[in-house]
Amino acid sequence: MDFVMPDFRLAAPELFVAAMSLVILMVTSFAKSRARSAAFWLCEFTLLAAVFLTLFSGTVDRAQTFSGMYISDLLGGFLKAVVCLSVAVVLQYGRAYMADRKIDSPEYYILVLFAALGMMVLISASHFVSIYLGLELMSLALYALVAIDRDNPRSTEAGMKYFVLGALASGLLLYGMSMLYGATGSLQIHEISQRIYERSANDMVVVFGLVFVLVGIAFKLGVVPFHMWVPDVYHGAPTAVTLLVSSAPKIAAFAMAFRILVLGLFDLAEQWQMMLMLLAVGSIVLGNLAAVAQTNIKRMLAYSGISHMGFMLLGLMSGVVKGEGGTYAVNAYSSAMFYAVAYVMMTLAAFGMVILLSRAGFEAENVDDFKGLNQRSPWFAGMMLIVMFSMAGIPFFVGFFAKLSVLQAVVAAGNVSGQALYYWLAGLAVLMSAVGAYYYLRVVKVMYFDDAVDTSPLTATLGTRTLLSANALSIAAVGLLPNWLMQICAFTLLH
Amino acid sequence: MSEMEKLYLIVPLAPLVGAIFAGLFGKLIGRTASHVVTILGVAVAFVASVVVFQDVQAGNSYNGSIYTWATAGDLRLELGFLIDKLTVMMMLVVTFVSLMVHIYTIGYMHADPGYQRFFSYISLFTFSMLMLVMSNNFVQLFFGWEAVGLVSYLLIGFWYTKSTAIYANLKAFLVNRVGDFGFLLGIGLIAAHTGSLDYATVFSKLPELSVKTISLFGDSAWPLLTVVCICLFVGAMGKSAQVPLHVWLPDSMEGPTPISALIHAATMVTAGIFMVTRMSPLFEVSETARAFVLVIGATTALFMGFLGIIQNDIKRVVAYSTLSQLGYMTVALGVSAYSAAVFHLMTHAFFKALLFLAAGSVIIGMHHEQDIRRMGGLWKRMPITWITSLIGSLALIGFPFMAGFFSKDSIIEAVAASHTLGAKYAYACVLIGVFVTAFYSFRMYFLVFHGRERFHAAHAEAHDDHGHGAHGGEVPHESPWVVWLPLVLLAVPSVVIGYLAIGPMLFGDWFGASIVVHEGNNALAHLEAHFTSAFGMAIHGFMTLPFALAMAGVATAAYFYLVKPEIPARIATAFGPVYRLLENKYYFDRFNEIVFAAGSRALGKVFWKAGDQAVIDGLLVNGTAKIIGGFAQIIRYFQTGHLYQYAFTIIIGVVVLLAFWGSRG
Repeated sequence: MDFVMPDFRLAAPELFVAAMSLVILMVTSFAKSRARSAAFWLCEFTLLAAVFLTLFSGTVDRAQTFSGMYISDLLGGFLKAVVCLSVAVVLQYGRAYMADRKIDSPEYYILVLFAALGMMVLISASHFVSIYLGLELMSLALYALVAIDRDNPRSTEAGMKYFVLGALASGLLLYGMSMLYGATGSLQIHEISQRIYERSANDMVVVFGLVFVLVGIAFKLGVVPFHMWVPDVYHGAPTAVTLLVSSAPKIAAFAMAFRILVLGLFDLAEQWQMMLMLLAVGSIVLGNLAAVAQTNIKRMLAYSGISHMGFMLLGLMSGVVKGEGGTYAVNAYSSAMFYAVAYVMMTLAAFGMVILLSRAGFEAENVDDFKGLNQRSPWFAGMMLIVMFSMAGIPFFVGFFAKLSVLQAVVAAGNVSGQALYYWLAGLAVLMSAVGAYYYLRVVKVMYFDDAVDTSPLTATLGTRTLLSANALSIAAVGLLPNWLMQICAFTLLH
Repeated sequence: MSEMEKLYLIVPLAPLVGAIFAGLFGKLIGRTASHVVTILGVAVAFVASVVVFQDVQAGNSYNGSIYTWATAGDLRLELGFLIDKLTVMMMLVVTFVSLMVHIYTIGYMHADPGYQRFFSYISLFTFSMLMLVMSNNFVQLFFGWEAVGLVSYLLIGFWYTKSTAIYANLKAFLVNRVGDFGFLLGIGLIAAHTGSLDYATVFSKLPELSVKTISLFGDSAWPLLTVVCICLFVGAMGKSAQVPLHVWLPDSMEGPTPISALIHAATMVTAGIFMVTRMSPLFEVSETARAFVLVIGATTALFMGFLGIIQNDIKRVVAYSTLSQLGYMTVALGVSAYSAAVFHLMTHAFFKALLFLAAGSVIIGMHHEQDIRRMGGLWKRMPITWITSLIGSLALIGFPFMAGFFSKDSIIEAVAASHTLGAKYAYACVLIGVFVTAFYSFRMYFLVFHGRERFHAAHAEAHDDHGHGAHGGEVPHESPWVVWLPLVLLAVPSVVIGYLAIGPMLFGDWFGASIVVHEGNNALAHLEAHFTSAFGMAIHGFMTLPFALAMAGVATAAYFYLVKPEIPARIATAFGPVYRLLENKYYFDRFNEIVFAAGSRALGKVFWKAGDQAVIDGLLVNGTAKIIGGFAQIIRYFQTGHLYQYAFTIIIGVVVLLAFWGSRG
């Protein structure tokens, strides 16, 4: 195979972030006293510049480079921008939190940046090798981050669990990839798609491969029954890291799922649709039911995240009817994408609120810590109200439209196929959302109707306060004008 | 939109604007500005109505939609006007009486803290009533119907800290719900069977409607239009206070007197009469429905009159007289003499508004004393009120040449000529009613204006709680000009309107196509044959049986209350059971309280305990919560924290997916 000089410009954002992370590594090694602050600002600069690069350097048309391992398209560009932006927000929210706990070593920033790089690679990967590369780069950085508070047994335990289970999932994913390779003789997603279409692949092996690949994806999304790590990791990790784990990786996992399942294995749609349905139903039911019993808000949000991911899968699987796609498919995929983006907006704000209530020597992690927030800070009580209402799917916040578009996609699939199963699915999803409303509204209830237990003033910096307010208000704003985000999702998916 | 359409819009909208200004910005713009803006609104409406009247008089009419509010399938919900002679007569009556009441209110309510609110309400009422009468479809009719009901509710409970007022307005509201239920059923039946809510469209489908039947109970076939008409009339019974849905009207006297005049005498309570007249094409088809109307009306006319005899509250006497007169109008409807009903509606609006406002003037003069036993001899202290009251009373009892004579006599004659089922009973009722009317009217008149002055003794204990501090002086005195001017202005039509209008309205085909009367039912045709001129009819009126009965009533009243005041008490003792029956208003209220109120409370309690608390709260709400909580605990149990179990779960997941889907490859 001749060596072809790859088109580096197409991968400019990833190359830039990779280069910058090495620069920051060097800078922090030498700038002893100001290493932390330098790392923070350089990371923020890198991420925001990467947002800029992804939005303005990419080509409009789909293009491949690195021998088909890397794909540059609008979908990837948009999702990478969301990832970089949300990681930048994570850093700002977590900065004071990490500093208060003396765990804001420069490595923290480097690891976050590496994780972001991993996600970007994962999003743009169109080859099993680059997918695996991105996934592991992201995951390894996250394992280390979860355990970064190494003197805290809970943090290290969480890191260990995450690592072991993640390794297991990676192994299963690799196994699945190898099967697909065995069946099709290729690792490139489009080639695999082509081979399966031509039926040169052994069906049995392909479906086995599919199952294992799906497990890898499901693990990253944290959907039932591959969710067991989620509550423990969210709970055990420092809140700033939980914030990271719960947000951007979901976008990357969505991209991975979309590229592998819809672009690569569409001829197996009939199979993976049923699997996704099973996973989605399990997640929505179990996530919502388990969240009801939680008193720890981080665990509650973990289970809520499981149910949200289930909802997203519901959107993703609605694009297929009897193994065929159609015009309605774009709506289904874009509803899933909209859901993922909306979820990231909401989870950032929710964990941001948890961080806001924490301070040096005090870890806010129980629902009770929100008691009487309205007396302490009416403004942020209002912000949390927006976030909780949105997560519960109350109109007119972004979470409502996310749920609505997914349900519309499900019902549309039902209309096209004429199968009652889809209506039952939609009904179940609505019912479970109603259950979900209970634990979200409980937070609102304690904020407004209970007396404060903890009356010390909020210590967050002005930057965090402003950003958090902007984050929560954007949830309301997008909820009022959901159409443009919906159109972006549909537009990027079509190209 | 043509010039006339704009004018039609101005008529209801001008009072609405006034109501909005006085209601929302009343505190801001002050008392004077509030009454100026509302009076201006109603005055504009009145002037516009006069212009419309002249236009209609010139032979024009209008039926069209201004705005489509909503469409549901083929059913269009529209805002539209039907302007014909019936409408324009109602518009004139409503705006004129409303204008008088607005002016009167300046004097009557001047010390009340809710001054602006009151003006806002009465202007809002004027708007609603105009929407009702000007409508060309059932939806707008129903809107106006409910809106006047709402304002009536608000105004009866105007003094909302008074528990009797709150009781009265709740009662009015609930009783009207019963009527509205029937009304809505009627409208629903019409919509279901014609697919339209437009009057003209509905009437155009009459030939097919009149042969339709529906089954109500089991297989019995009922003519559709009979059911529709009875349903609609049930609505009219609520609004126009016919037995047995009359119970709210006497209690509505808890509201301020101006609204008793405007709403509970002149206009709103006649909405039912107006509506049935509007629906005359439907009612003409169903003899059953008309017989029902006739019997209800006759019963109301006589038996409510009896109750007026024993009342001692000045306003309640007038209220029962209103009930009785509404009965007369309903009787006219029952014998297909729609134009006579509307004619009586108009004359009654003037003289009854006059009587109510005069009663209010007396109440002001007496410093809020309402018991007629504590009055007397007021004629020399309140001369204008005295004269106008006398005019009103004469008009009410149907003294020849007065307005009430022409309308009431026409009704009595029409009943005599009618062959409708129950006409004989009705004739007896309306004849005896004439005597009763004269008796209670002049009983009140004599007790208030003549005889011994009884208020000196009573005054010390009579003290009111809603502020008339501005009135000084120990003895009653004439009211300010804003109060007596409307009395004078209303006294004029109370005298002349009958004389002027009877020719064209009853016998001149003035209403044209607005009112439909089938040839065989035309009871007024008999009168028409004998009618030469209004003058001739009035002269002849001195020699008829009703006149004799009325004079007998006046004479009896004079004898009982001026000559031998001790007689009534003796009669009351002698006829104890009868007196108690009347005093308890035939036990309607008691019956309603025991059967309907207590019954629905008991039913509500069953639903509350068994339905709401046990099934919904206990089983569904808390039960669901418990089940979910239980599930949550079970799921929590699986989250052990042991890594090997987590890994095992993943393996199970893989195996499940493989087992289900791998095998299907």
